Amino acid sequence: MPVENLIEIEGLRFKRGDRVIFDGLDMVVPAGQITAIMGPSGSGKTTLLRIVGGQLRPDSGSVRVAGKDVCRMGRSELFELRKNIGMLFQSSALFTDLNVFENVAFPLRVHTDLPEDAIRDLVLMKLNAVGLRGARDLEPSQLSGGMSRRVALARAIALDPRLLMYDEPFTGQDPIALGVLLSLIKNLNQALGTTSMVVSHDVRETLSIAHYVYVIADGVVIGEGSPDSVASNPSPRIQQFINGSPDGPVPFHYPAEDFVYDLMGESNG
Amino acid sequence: MQMRTIEISVGAFVLAGMLALVFLAVKVSGISLSEDRGGYIIKARFDDVSGLRLRSKVTMAGVTIGRVSGIDVDMLRGDAEVTMEIDGEEGGLTLDTGAKILTEGVLGARYVSLVPGADPDTLRDGDYILDEFTQGAFVLENLIGDIVTRLGAS
Amino acid sequence: MIRFMRSVGAQALERLASLGRATVMWGTAMWGLPGPGDFTLMLKQIYHVGVLSLIIIVLSAFSIGAVIALQFHTQLSRFGAEDAVGLGLALTLLRELGPVVTALLFAGRAGSAITAEIGLMKATEQLSSMEMMGVDPLHRIVAPRLWAGIISMPLLTAVFNVVAIYGGVIVAVEWLGSDPGAFWSGMRDAVELWEDVGKGMLKSVAFAVVVTWIAVFQGYDTEPTAEGIGLATTRTVVISSVVVLAMDFLLTLSMYGDF
Repeated sequence: MPVENLIEIEGLRFKRGDRVIFDGLDMVVPAGQITAIMGPSGSGKTTLLRIVGGQLRPDSGSVRVAGKDVCRMGRSELFELRKNIGMLFQSSALFTDLNVFENVAFPLRVHTDLPEDAIRDLVLMKLNAVGLRGARDLEPSQLSGGMSRRVALARAIALDPRLLMYDEPFTGQDPIALGVLLSLIKNLNQALGTTSMVVSHDVRETLSIAHYVYVIADGVVIGEGSPDSVASNPSPRIQQFINGSPDGPVPFHYPAEDFVYDLMGESNG
Repeated sequence: MQMRTIEISVGAFVLAGMLALVFLAVKVSGISLSEDRGGYIIKARFDDVSGLRLRSKVTMAGVTIGRVSGIDVDMLRGDAEVTMEIDGEEGGLTLDTGAKILTEGVLGARYVSLVPGADPDTLRDGDYILDEFTQGAFVLENLIGDIVTRLGAS
Repeated sequence: MIRFMRSVGAQALERLASLGRATVMWGTAMWGLPGPGDFTLMLKQIYHVGVLSLIIIVLSAFSIGAVIALQFHTQLSRFGAEDAVGLGLALTLLRELGPVVTALLFAGRAGSAITAEIGLMKATEQLSSMEMMGVDPLHRIVAPRLWAGIISMPLLTAVFNVVAIYGGVIVAVEWLGSDPGAFWSGMRDAVELWEDVGKGMLKSVAFAVVVTWIAVFQGYDTEPTAEGIGLATTRTVVISSVVVLAMDFLLTLSMYGDF
């Protein structure tokens, strides 16, 4: 059975100031699967998510979500589209003036006309799914990093979105929180059939849950395939990234003049 | 913060602000909420009302008993007609009440001072103070001009 | 020299661009009138910018009123005109000091808080995530704060004036022994409802619009870092103060100026 693509990106180009972030990026995200996008910091992974969500406009190329080009949507059309997208931000981005319950209820309150008790049931269901039903009355400031990320996840799935985007979900998590998150992402994908797009540079965790992996660097895809095939990809750049070698195609040293010359030049100057 | 607490304190705040505005309007600028204060009106003609303004005080024996509510010029007679609102019931002012325009303090706020007479009859609503009992504003320039003319003549 | 010209030009362009962004933001935020659901949001903001500013407003008003009464009393008693303390105090407060000092205090207390709060929301991606949830932060975050500021500041100004007048009463009447009757009647005779109270309030509304606008924009436009938020907060207070004082001169000129 051919898998339908939820997201199709073609020839994406994006510049921020003079810096080229994407230089002809092609990518597809099949529906119902977990697609991982990996790459070193600064390779524009978060930018990619923002472009898919329509927060940033690319300079050229097309980004189709469910067949419609995001780049050509008007403001109201975009806001309509975003009801079907859940996004988990790197900093969780919980609303600091609302408690846990209200944070999860927020999308329901603004996008539905459900009565209060239905909202209550839905919120408790979502909180139960991330194991934090008992924390509903806490304030965001009282949560640990792992907990606030789970609350943010509950909020992201409040409207049962078709697409879930995770921005660096594993960064800064202790091993237990990490395990919880990994199984949550997996379960959500299996139970709800939600298409997931995970952006991360945590190699091991990402490879363990993804169905398909893209590795991007310098604005283009440098490798793609199943987790196993990417892990055994012979390209030295991918190997350096996967194994975390300090030196390789991505040099250890920031571009500089010859060290000896630099030292001498200083004293002669 | 409980929503209830917020609602109550915001309500109190808005109320306090409104009350403050009302206070400024009534106590500080001195308008009365209802135009009809149960007072009555008397009028007087002066040959000169320089410095007198709307809502200037009307006093008797130094006590404010009303205020000026209208100043009009009578072109035919060449004098000024001042309408005054007097607080309280009519019947307190004798028919031969006198009216003088005086100056208060050095800053020169003008006011109307009423001087009680001895007549058994009293002024009714809308009555005029008799012209022979009114004395207009004292204008320094006129006095100086007067003295200069007299000195010149003698 | 050319480099200097160039940097001046770049600065001017940058200022102009941020003024443009600010106008677009203000227009978009004010366009959507608050609906019934937004009322609660606005209430919360009135609490934050209005109720929480009350203490500083009351304390400052009391001391300012007392000081003005003291100064007027010392000077005017040399001419035997203590009776004019009340009217001097009331006119100074209603026309100038009430609206201006309230706006300055408001910028320091509420304006900086608004900037810091919105800046922090931006830095912690709360604004982004709201946008990604299909909710416009201009409508949800910016508009309630703008309205709350516009509602709160005139009320604060009225409270300021009343408290300051009472501060003056305590000094001039209770302490220095002016005649209370003369104090109040002098005030009442000189103060006019529209000319003094009304125009003062009008000033206050104008300051409210400008100060909250600056505060919200600085937060919304901030560099999303700790340093950026600090700078933006400072800018809010500095720009607001300068703009309020300059505007006050222009407003006074057009309201009371006699040409």
